[in-house]
Amino acid sequence: MNGAFTKSMARNIFYGGTVFFFLLFLALSFDTHQQLPKRDMRQTVASDPKVVAGKKIWETRNCVGCHTLLGEGAYFAPELSNVIKRLGSEEAVKDFIKLRPETGIPGRRSMPQFNLTDKELDDVVAFLRYVNTINAANWPPNIKG
Amino acid sequence: MQYKSQAVAKPYFIAAIGLFVGQILFGLILGTQYLIGDFLFPAIPFNIARMVHTNLLIVWLLFGFMGAAYYLIPEESENELFSPKLALVMFWIFLVAGALTIVGYLALPYATLAKLTGNDLLETMGREFLEQPLPTKVGIVIVALAFLFNITMTVLKGKKTVISLILLLGLWGLAVFFLFSFYNPGNLVVDKFFWWWTVHLWVEGVWELIMAAILAFVLIKVTGIDREVIEKWLYVIVTLALITGIVGTGHHYYWIGTPEYWQWWGSIFSALEPIPFFAMTIFAFNMVNRRRRDHPNRAAVLWALGTGVMAFLGAGVWGFLHTLAPVNFYTHGSQITAAHGHMAFYGAYVMINLTIISYAMPILRGRAANDNKSQVVEMWAFWLMTVSIVFITLFLTAAGILQVWLQRISDTPMDFMVVQSQIAPFYWMRLVTGVIFLVGLVVYLASFFVGGGKEERAA
Repeated sequence: MNGAFTKSMARNIFYGGTVFFFLLFLALSFDTHQQLPKRDMRQTVASDPKVVAGKKIWETRNCVGCHTLLGEGAYFAPELSNVIKRLGSEEAVKDFIKLRPETGIPGRRSMPQFNLTDKELDDVVAFLRYVNTINAANWPPNIKG
Repeated sequence: MQYKSQAVAKPYFIAAIGLFVGQILFGLILGTQYLIGDFLFPAIPFNIARMVHTNLLIVWLLFGFMGAAYYLIPEESENELFSPKLALVMFWIFLVAGALTIVGYLALPYATLAKLTGNDLLETMGREFLEQPLPTKVGIVIVALAFLFNITMTVLKGKKTVISLILLLGLWGLAVFFLFSFYNPGNLVVDKFFWWWTVHLWVEGVWELIMAAILAFVLIKVTGIDREVIEKWLYVIVTLALITGIVGTGHHYYWIGTPEYWQWWGSIFSALEPIPFFAMTIFAFNMVNRRRRDHPNRAAVLWALGTGVMAFLGAGVWGFLHTLAPVNFYTHGSQITAAHGHMAFYGAYVMINLTIISYAMPILRGRAANDNKSQVVEMWAFWLMTVSIVFITLFLTAAGILQVWLQRISDTPMDFMVVQSQIAPFYWMRLVTGVIFLVGLVVYLASFFVGGGKEERAA
C-alpha cells in the first residue's frame, strides 16, 4: 500500500467493481428467470390451488425450523423434498403427520402434533409432491435425503 | 467521549449483550434437544427454540450495529448526532417489538401467531430467519429508516469520511435488501431465489461493509495509524468483499431449481470469498504491528485481531470447505453447514460487535479503558468463548463428515435418524463445549462489574 496506489484509485475500483459485478449478477438473475419456467413446475403451482395452500401450511407450522427442503432449513429432521418417495406413498406421509403423539416419544426427537384437517393434509402433500418435481440438478444425492 | 450524543450507543450495546445471553441459553436448549429429543417437548419444540436462537442473534447484531453507528458516526462526522431523542425512541420501539416477538414465539403456537398478526394479509412468515410476524417486519423497516435518516443527516451536516460512507452504504444496503423478506411467491424456486437476496446479500455482502468500517474505526483509534492508510485498506477490503460476494450468491443456487450454470458462477466467485476476510486479518495485524501508540485498552485490540482471524477461519476457510458445487452436492444441508454457520457468525459478526463494545463501553462509562483487572477478565472471556466456538465447529464438522458419509456416500446409505444416533457422541462434545461457551459469556458479563475503573480516567 505505498504511494503509487492512491486512495482515489482505491475508491474508483470499489465503486466501479461493485457496480460491474452487481450488474453482472442482475443479468444472470434475469437470464435465470427466463429459464425457470422450464424447471420450476410453475404450471402445477398455477393449476393446483392445493400447492399454494400447502405451502402456507408448511410456512405457518414453521416446518423449516426442523426439516430441510431442497437442503435448506434446519438439520434436526429429515429432508422432505423426496419424502413421498422415501415413505412410499402420499398416504404414508399423511399417516405419519397424523399419528404424531401429542406429548412426544420419550427420549426421542418428536414432531409436534399439528392436528391438521384432512384438507390441510391433502394440501401439504400436494405441496411436497410439487417440490419433488422441481428440476433441482439431481439433488438430493439419494433417497435418504 | 468527544460528543455528548454518542451516549445513545450505550443502551443499544447493553440490549445487544442481554439478547446475546438469551441466544446462547436457547442454543444450549437446542444442543440438548439434539441428544434428548423430547427435552422441553411439547412446551418448546425444536423449531421454536431454533427460531428464538437465530432471531435473537440477528436482532442483537442489529442492536450492536446501530449502537456502533451511533457511537462512531458523530466522532467521524465531528458533529453531534442529528437527533439523540429519535435514537432513544427507536431503541425502545425496537426492544419492545423484539421482546414481544420472542414472547409470541414462545407463548403461542406459530400458526396462531401467524393468524393473529395478519399473515393472511401478506404471507411472509415461516421462512428460515425471516419468521418474524408481519408487524415485526414492518417495525424493523420503520426503525431502520428512522435510524438511517438520523445517521445520514448527521453525516450530511458534518465531515464525510470514508469510514462513514462505507458504513452508511452497508446500513442502507441492509435496509434495502431486507425488503425482499416481504416477497413470498407460491413458486418455491422464486421464493428461495429472492430469499437469498436478503440472507446472502446481508451476511456475505453489505454486512461485510459494516464490519470492515467498524474494524477500520477501532484500528484508527487503538493504533494511531494515519487515516489515509486505513481508509485505503478499507476500500480494498470492501471491493474484494463485494466483487466476490455478490455473484458468490450463486453458491446457494446449485440445488434449488435454478439453472446448472450457477454451479460454475457460484463455485468460482464464492471460492474467492475468503480473500476479503484474509485481507481483514492482514489489515488488523499490520496496523497493530505498526501502531504509533499503545492504547490502554488492550482487550479491544485483542478483539480486533481476533475478529480478523476468526472471520477468516469461519466465513473464509469453513465456507470454502463446502462451497464448490461437486463437494456441496454431498454436504448441502448437513452438519457441515451448521459448523460453518456457527464459526462464521461468531468470528465475523459477534466478534466485530464485541470489538466495538469493548472499545466504546469504557469510554461511554467515562474512562479511556477499563482497569487491568477488568481487562484481564474480559480477555479470559475472549479466549473461553473463542476456543469454545472453534471446538463446537470442529465437533460439528466431524459430525457432518460422518453424516455425509453414512447417509449420502456409503454403498448402504442409512436413514437420517439412524445416522443421527450414530453421530451422537459428537453432539455430546458439542453440548459440553457449548456450556463452556456460556461460562465464557458469564465471565464476559462479569468483566463489566469487576475493577473500579479508576486507573485509566479519560483525558
